[in-house]
Amino acid sequence: MSTTRMKLVMVGNGMAGVRTIEELLKIAPDLYDITVFGAEPHPNYNRILLSPVLAGEQTLDEIILNPLSWYDEHGIRLHLGKTVTEIDRVRRQVVAADGTTAAYDRLLIATGSNPFILPIPGKDLAGVIGYRDITDTQTMIDAATRYQHAVVIGGGLLGLEAANGLMRRGMQVTVVHLNDWLMERQLDDQAGALLRQSLQDRGLRFRMGAQTEALIGDADGRVMAVRFRGGEEIPADLVVMAAGIRPNTALAERAGLHCHRGVVVTDTLQTVTDPRIYAVGECAAHRGIAYGLVAPLFEQGKVCANHLAQFGIGRYLGSQTSTKLKVTGIDLFSAGDFMGGPGTEEIVMSDPFAGVYKKLVIKEDRLVGACLYGDTVDGSWYFKLLREGRRIADIRDKLMFGESSLGDVGHEGHHKAAAMADSDEVCGCNGVTKGAVCKAIKEKGLFTLEEVRKHTKASASCGSCTGLVEQLLMFTAGGDYSATPKKKAICGCTEHSHQEVRDAIVDHHLVSMADLFRHLDWKTPNGCATCRPALNYYLISTWPKEAVDDPQSRLINERSHANIQKDGTYSVIPRMWGGETSADELRRIADAVDKYRIPTVKVTGGQRIDLLGVKKEDLVSVWKDIGMPSGHAYAKALRTVKTCVGSEWCRMGTQDSTQMGKDLERAMWRMYAPHKVKFAVSGCPRNCAEAGIKDVGIIGVDSGWEMVIAGNGGIKTEVAQFFTKLKTADEVLEYTGAFMQLYRKEGWYLERTVHYVARVGLDHVKRRILEDHEGRKALWAELQFALDGEPDPWFEFSKAQVDLRQFEALSPPAPAAGAQTAPSLPVRVNV
Amino acid sequence: MPNWIAVCMLSDIPVLGSRRVARDRGPQVALFRTADDRVHALLDRCPHKAGPLSQGIVFGDAVACPLHNWTIALDTGCAREPDDGRTPVFQVKLEEGQVMLDRDELDTVGIDLPPVAAGPCTRATC
Repeated sequence: MSTTRMKLVMVGNGMAGVRTIEELLKIAPDLYDITVFGAEPHPNYNRILLSPVLAGEQTLDEIILNPLSWYDEHGIRLHLGKTVTEIDRVRRQVVAADGTTAAYDRLLIATGSNPFILPIPGKDLAGVIGYRDITDTQTMIDAATRYQHAVVIGGGLLGLEAANGLMRRGMQVTVVHLNDWLMERQLDDQAGALLRQSLQDRGLRFRMGAQTEALIGDADGRVMAVRFRGGEEIPADLVVMAAGIRPNTALAERAGLHCHRGVVVTDTLQTVTDPRIYAVGECAAHRGIAYGLVAPLFEQGKVCANHLAQFGIGRYLGSQTSTKLKVTGIDLFSAGDFMGGPGTEEIVMSDPFAGVYKKLVIKEDRLVGACLYGDTVDGSWYFKLLREGRRIADIRDKLMFGESSLGDVGHEGHHKAAAMADSDEVCGCNGVTKGAVCKAIKEKGLFTLEEVRKHTKASASCGSCTGLVEQLLMFTAGGDYSATPKKKAICGCTEHSHQEVRDAIVDHHLVSMADLFRHLDWKTPNGCATCRPALNYYLISTWPKEAVDDPQSRLINERSHANIQKDGTYSVIPRMWGGETSADELRRIADAVDKYRIPTVKVTGGQRIDLLGVKKEDLVSVWKDIGMPSGHAYAKALRTVKTCVGSEWCRMGTQDSTQMGKDLERAMWRMYAPHKVKFAVSGCPRNCAEAGIKDVGIIGVDSGWEMVIAGNGGIKTEVAQFFTKLKTADEVLEYTGAFMQLYRKEGWYLERTVHYVARVGLDHVKRRILEDHEGRKALWAELQFALDGEPDPWFEFSKAQVDLRQFEALSPPAPAAGAQTAPSLPVRVNV
Repeated sequence: MPNWIAVCMLSDIPVLGSRRVARDRGPQVALFRTADDRVHALLDRCPHKAGPLSQGIVFGDAVACPLHNWTIALDTGCAREPDDGRTPVFQVKLEEGQVMLDRDELDTVGIDLPPVAAGPCTRATC
């Protein structure tokens, strides 16, 4: 076995490279014999956390990501403290400075970057260092115990973190910065000025716009002063050069690999010169960009591992990044094009006295940049809007005041994370607290939502706390981690997002699960419990009467057309049109309750009767005896249309809301949707049917009907938004149906209407339904076509593909009385 | 030596689906069929809150519990991380299209587990 394995050599033992190996071991553990060369004498550590180490907030031991035992366990040959000096592409081997060689079939270059050392006299004096690795950090810590004056050249992210750390260790620190304000690549002048003020208040000194001319040494060859252009000198026992980094491409260049701002790689992370050689991390230039933050590097690692494993799917398409400074107590956030300029508009809020500054940059009705100082609570929300490229016209007036100003934002949970206490529960399904999530993120070094799910279970069940967990990840892990891919995959089985899958189904006319898996290169043979129900819904909603429904990809409630309960029994909710019933129906229900010993009968919040505790074996008979249509209370479908009594009985009623409710329910009752759907119809503005918190609410007024949409009474109450005013009952049907069809076509699986409308914008829905008359009629016709002839699973078993075998248990033959005769097969249950 | 008895045909179990086997005593046994026609048998009881695994979605070599989405490996009965727990596994033999279980295991494994309760309390003290 081992003789046939291919050889993978990695040069560089940093975060990006080792992450790639980790990903590779996950998916193809036996494919390669792996050799790793690391120039540093340490195993893989978390370079991002060097700043907290310098500041004395963490120890070196705490930032080790993969101890030596990890390399052993995976059979990785590790050469520490050996610098690779040559790649022999003809013989396919690498040579280290000490003469060690290693042959490769695939080579991974992950040499990272070097600090940029200013080419000035005195740069080689003792006490002059860059800020890059453990040795530099240790040098700074040591210097702080012996010397007084430190000068940090460079007022960027790294320089300020170094300056803050040295100051925390008791040195007097001056930051020298060429530009007029700090962190000019992440902040505008105003935010930069606020940052400088608050660092100055903490004791840092600044020389802005100062150009360093030379470093002056003492008799022992150690630096003692910094001289600026103009001749002025300030004392310096330690000089940290933090004026930027340069991709470390020397080795690759010597090997003849094309380099331009890094080792140039393709979307598959292969070097353009030699496809056997890959490059990831800060040394690599992808589409002209060498990323210096960790999340993009991890994305690269994932794609690279996929190709090394010979799966050949997945491409790296670049990342959006955002920034946060790791200086305790200073909140700043920036992302995207925060400077603005021609063609952009800016919304600015400035309160220098309180130390708060916010700038949002908008281009063509989309948020393209954000720069926040002092109050960064909404950073993650802005970043989300930016990444998703959502239109913001409808929320523009409130944008500056943050997500909480929008009122109900649903269970997506943004803006809540920062304010929560450690003991507060994040994930209600699994009882996971904020403290537990944050602890796992810190201690286990988690970087992605998938990892948090895996280690803590938070957000792994119903998923309603996903947004909150993402935000915790961002807050806890810091800005370096917060750069996330532009799109979010449906689940771990694929790289594709919900929208990409929807588009592919439409564009390529995919009609079966197998088509989908093949066409979209699904990574798993038959998906998982997360993606399959979504894919199945997308197929049948896109191509009604054509796509093949896959019952095994439906959750049990839909497969057995009843709600599973905690003890494995089921509940049955018959459909009562508009909430109205009759003595006859009630009698049949009561008889069934007696006959099947159903323990609980309860009226639901949606005006229907729930029979709880029905055994699975009895379900078919209970349906038959009750003789009422399916309530679809188990499905992602139209559940109920709640009504008041309206003009028929109520002295206030202006319209016949009960009839309207019945008509709506009869028109759409078999409609599957991305999530459950509830309507309500009230006969007058007193709104007794509570139409204001439904997916569609219809409210009778003297002159007709008012229609509100995208409300939700669920996990978090969402008030529906006014949509339009209608005159006739036929219009109510048409507009409601058209809105539903739009949601069915564009909504993502498990996305309620409120979140769907928030994503696409209310204006978009108005354009499609209110302004486009032909389009609206077409949508309504499409829905009617899809629903026409849809079977009632309670009475048309075979047409609804109900597998009746599921209701009966198999019974093994009775214990044989000593005989070894061939057992008789049990009777096959009805198919 | 296992005491094999036939409980059904392979074709009686839907692909990526399941069937339940009733027993005189104790929880039922769940049979699962993978995409490549292997059959696994587990006690029909999630190690978490005793959810009926037979009602979950089967994918790869695992099933997702219908109650709280724990993922249980079909071959070992072990919950996948971050969850922890194990449900008993039954031996299965496929012979000429017949699915065979071990009579002795059926009679003994996991029969003493208490039933899961829900609904109105039936104890006299309530």
